[in-house]
Amino acid sequence: MKQISFVSGKGGTGKSTLVASLSLLVQEKMLADCDVDAPNLHILLDHQVLVMEDYHGAREAVIDPGMCVKCGRCKEVCRFNAVNDIFEIIPMHCEGCGACTLVCPAGAIRLETVKTGQTYVAQTERGTFAHALLDIGAEGSGKLVTEVRKKLDQFQKDEKWVLIDGSPGIGCVVIASITGASAVVAVAEPTKSGLSDLERVLGVARHFGIPGLVCINKFDLNPEITAEIENFCNNNGFLVIGKIPYDPAVMKALQEFKTPLEAGNRRFAMEIENLWKKLEWEVGREE
Amino acid sequence: MKVAVSATGNTLENIMDQRFGRAAYFLIADPETMQIKAIDNQAASAGGAGITAAQTMVDQGVGAVITGNVGPNAMSVLKAAEIPVYRGTPDPVRKNLEAFKKGALEKIEDTVPSHFGMGGPK
Amino acid sequence: MRLAVLSGKGGTGKTTVSASLALALDSCQYIDCDVEEPNGAIFLKPELQERYEVKVPVPEVDPAKCNGCGNCARACQFHALAVIKDKALLFAEICHHCGACQLSCPTGAIHEADRVIGVVEADARGSFLHGRLNIGEPVSIPIIRELKRRVQNGLPVILDCPPGASCSVVQAIGGCDYCILVTEPTPFGLHDLKIAVALVKKMKLPGGVIINKAMNNQQMIQEFCQENGIEVLLETPFSREIAENYSRGILPVQADPAWISRLQEVYSQVERSVKK
Repeated sequence: MKQISFVSGKGGTGKSTLVASLSLLVQEKMLADCDVDAPNLHILLDHQVLVMEDYHGAREAVIDPGMCVKCGRCKEVCRFNAVNDIFEIIPMHCEGCGACTLVCPAGAIRLETVKTGQTYVAQTERGTFAHALLDIGAEGSGKLVTEVRKKLDQFQKDEKWVLIDGSPGIGCVVIASITGASAVVAVAEPTKSGLSDLERVLGVARHFGIPGLVCINKFDLNPEITAEIENFCNNNGFLVIGKIPYDPAVMKALQEFKTPLEAGNRRFAMEIENLWKKLEWEVGREE
Repeated sequence: MKVAVSATGNTLENIMDQRFGRAAYFLIADPETMQIKAIDNQAASAGGAGITAAQTMVDQGVGAVITGNVGPNAMSVLKAAEIPVYRGTPDPVRKNLEAFKKGALEKIEDTVPSHFGMGGPK
Repeated sequence: MRLAVLSGKGGTGKTTVSASLALALDSCQYIDCDVEEPNGAIFLKPELQERYEVKVPVPEVDPAKCNGCGNCARACQFHALAVIKDKALLFAEICHHCGACQLSCPTGAIHEADRVIGVVEADARGSFLHGRLNIGEPVSIPIIRELKRRVQNGLPVILDCPPGASCSVVQAIGGCDYCILVTEPTPFGLHDLKIAVALVKKMKLPGGVIINKAMNNQQMIQEFCQENGIEVLLETPFSREIAENYSRGILPVQADPAWISRLQEVYSQVERSVKK
């Protein structure tokens, strides 16, 4: 089984639209939405939830007011300003480091595990699908990404592929989205920041020794920058596997909860088919 | 000598878990008698799963580890503790222990990419 | 007034809105808090003259004083320390700089040393600031904290926030007077807007919405805003011209002066809402 992770230097470059389109095209696969901060894939996939589980991704300090002697040691040592003036923990600030528990002379503080989201495994017509929804302002999303992938693993039959809708950026969620993948597909747009965003995310892939492939979305919006991106890729050993044209029909299709593929956009469909052919060949070649 | 195997379940018939830090269980076995002690590795941790798992190996006093892939953080702990790591196969734990006894398992020196404590399925 | 510009996800036009506002206002401070992908400089073209390294304290263990008790490894909730054969091993990348190890050490063998995780850069007047997280570093919050330490009082401050609704966004919007939520009229946009709205409500901050890429079909966004009592501040049209200009680093305010007064009106409306 091969895992392909779709990422981008910044959000909104069209990862989910691409993965949703590929979900129609690619056979024998599972799907994971690892963009846990802004999961979108479940909106486009008709799915029936098989398993929902609470996710406990953080710990928080709790002060027992009955035992507290109001000495203020916890407030002194807390580097996250998570203890207020009447010696209560402010959950949104607490990192769960436990420094306060170490200094409390009355033993009034303990760390408790807190629920920070849910993971889901669902059945869709296009294969088993896992995703997660984080509680508002919750932390620990890198671990949650891992959790989503783990949940999906448990439902593995003999699928050939896992398509991972990854996270944007270069931080912990991205790293957790790409570990163990056979290839990373970076989706970029030809904007002023497009190349530097792409360079950064491909840098992460290279740092972890995973082959990086590139898809340029809305390539015709700026032919000069598209050429720059292609040059950069040629010179640095990253293959451009797809160039998708700008098309208002994509936006219209999304407004109707459809992928451009379902909306019958021929030009778009051909590009996606070609992209998948190249991707399949490249990943096969890595063996 | 006690040998630890990362495992998907808590018996000798369960398949070896390819992951080290995020393995479901560790089976601490005596390869001669095939007696085992299972350690549940599901503890909720905020990160650093590989480091924690490696520390568990040290605390359990194991002499060797059989697993699939090890991240660099876990590897440096195991190296510091001078615990050798052997690459097992995705087969039952019993089979891996037998292969180990015959000296048929390869020692792992390299590591899979780090994920800075966020964990990863492989 | 401190104004945070955010969206449930990236790519909806956060930087377009915040950089446009910065250009439309006569005098203000623009702070790019998206330290994983800072893009504001592309549009605002500041002359960066100041550069500060952002350092975090990580433990250093004095082997002469360490007795190998392992208390520090047990105290560290993030497993950034292991004690093997009476020697402490530190994994600095996953350290959260909380100081618990130091507190737990019975022999005073742990002190803290600085470790660089990124930079903050600014123009000479400090009216443009951005931060940059080093590749491979997982924790961006110290950089955002450093940026916010340099907020100037008495000026309109525009904070271009990271995407999403997690810890780094909480850090960026904390202490702001108003949040502008940028969205687009698709099911994705609405879903992410709901998350952003829930976050600002949880933090008890007032907020309004700017709909980017508006077509003839933004009822779903407008209905949601109406139901939740959120004002719609502005709609910018879906147009190939705006997208092409954006790709060249040109903002709507730079291409068409009519946008200046539209954005100034947005700012005045926000001011009125905050005064209420």
